[in-house]
Amino acid sequence: MRDSVLDILFKLISLFCALLLAVVFISIFVVLYYEAELSISTFGIAFMFKPIWDPVREIFGGLIPIVGTILSSMIAIILATPVSIGIAIFITEICPVYLRNIIRTTIELLSAIPSIIYGIWGLFVLVPFMKNYVEPFLIKYFGFMKIFQGEPFGIGLLSAGIVLAIMIIPIISSILIEVFYLVPNVFKESAYALGATRFEVISKVVISYTKVGILGGIILGLTRALGETMAVTFVIGNSYKIPSNIYDPTITIASALANEFTEATTDLYLSSLFYLSLLLFLISFIIISISRFIIHRIRVPI
Amino acid sequence: MRRRIFINNLSEILSIISAMVGIVFLIWIIKDVVVFGIKSINLEFFLENPKPPGIEGGGLKNAIFGSIIIATIAVIIAFPIGLLGATYINEYRTKISGIIRFITDIMLSAPSIVIGAYVYALLVKPFKTFSAISGSIALSIIMIPIVLKAIDELLNLVPNITKEAAYALGAPKWMIITQIIWRYIRTGILTAFLIAFARIMGETAPLLFTSFNNMFFETDITKPMATLTVSIFNYAMSPYEEWHRLAWSASFLIVIVVLSVNIISKIIQSRGS
Repeated sequence: MRDSVLDILFKLISLFCALLLAVVFISIFVVLYYEAELSISTFGIAFMFKPIWDPVREIFGGLIPIVGTILSSMIAIILATPVSIGIAIFITEICPVYLRNIIRTTIELLSAIPSIIYGIWGLFVLVPFMKNYVEPFLIKYFGFMKIFQGEPFGIGLLSAGIVLAIMIIPIISSILIEVFYLVPNVFKESAYALGATRFEVISKVVISYTKVGILGGIILGLTRALGETMAVTFVIGNSYKIPSNIYDPTITIASALANEFTEATTDLYLSSLFYLSLLLFLISFIIISISRFIIHRIRVPI
Repeated sequence: MRRRIFINNLSEILSIISAMVGIVFLIWIIKDVVVFGIKSINLEFFLENPKPPGIEGGGLKNAIFGSIIIATIAVIIAFPIGLLGATYINEYRTKISGIIRFITDIMLSAPSIVIGAYVYALLVKPFKTFSAISGSIALSIIMIPIVLKAIDELLNLVPNITKEAAYALGAPKWMIITQIIWRYIRTGILTAFLIAFARIMGETAPLLFTSFNNMFFETDITKPMATLTVSIFNYAMSPYEEWHRLAWSASFLIVIVVLSVNIISKIIQSRGS
């Protein structure tokens, strides 16, 4: 008798704990919407397309932080994806066995480093380096393309993209390493037996066998980059300006929140910041749902 | 044939170069944190509170204490919830298991600053004050899905035969779970605990507008409290050289803690298996 009461009690407590996460998840939507309501009713959907952010006149539009978030994440993904694929190929296919575990563990440990560390390093080390060496070089040799013309500020979109890329490289590459290990050796050996070079084995067997997993890894990196606050806030410049080239300072949703949340003086100002948080949460929700859908659909045949 | 070999060599070189680029950057960061951070790690750093700008010296006693308190409370809240929640979705397979797993995945990648905004609306705005406890709750919301997912995966590894043997002896389910199943995965539970703890020790964004910051040593969890990570943010953004030094030292301390906890958990893991 005692046991059956304890059994039910245990089950109920566990059920409560499992449901708690769902409750928090749903209430995030509700609470953010409730707090943003003033801004939503004032500016409507047009909020997302207006490039104005004027706390003095109380006119708010989220276009600049939205564009800044998308651009900085795109730069990060464009830089991080090839490097991560290179690292994963190097570790799984090229690297001598005795080095393999050391490098793999190092990369896994690096993905545990908090993002604020990347931020402070970006501010004090990367920004001066970009300003003095990388950006003048790019302007000189790639200046014939419009997006590479401009002033070398150091602080700005490109630096933010690079810091984000460095931050997500360990995350993406540790997923890719796991994914590449899933390819059965028989497949690779058959290709080698047919006289394929290592490049052909990697591109035609390994990559085509794991393309869904690669996509999943990249999407995970993308969601991390989109919502990242600390690594970006230090280096993006936080100015409300649509960037006209890749060096310009701009702002992301997360960095706007980090800088202005405790300074928002009026209700409409604070409400607009909540509107931005709601949009950010929605974006990451949609991307993760899509990626789960893709991975679930394709995981079956493997 | 020569062309194929050329492409092959070229691609191998590119792969090695990109691996080098990635690893060089990462080592560069660690090197800078160590070089800049170790300079002002001394007794004063641990035993004194920050001084106003312009005055030499000062430490981060308040922030070290705050980080430990806020993370500890967060772990106390989040760990049992994550453990029991994972146990429910794995051991009592019902329709909601799939939904909870889906929500866990979403919450795992949810931007942590949004969690901060959520807790601000729930706990800071109504009480009209920043507080350490609201920071702990924000961190626990980040920690629950990490623990839940890790333990859910561990529970999949428990062989059915072990559970069936216990059932055959007539043991009630709660006893099987707590005495057999949890015991079976205890090293995994320990490493999940350590990794989650290390993860929230390094979180900054959800604390910016929950636990906020405090120049003084504070022990009341209903008041704003300094943490190492928020101190790094505020001091690095300040124009004072002295404060930059403190920010680097705090970064060094965080990196050391996070890396050593992760290394310890890897050692435990490899011993266990």
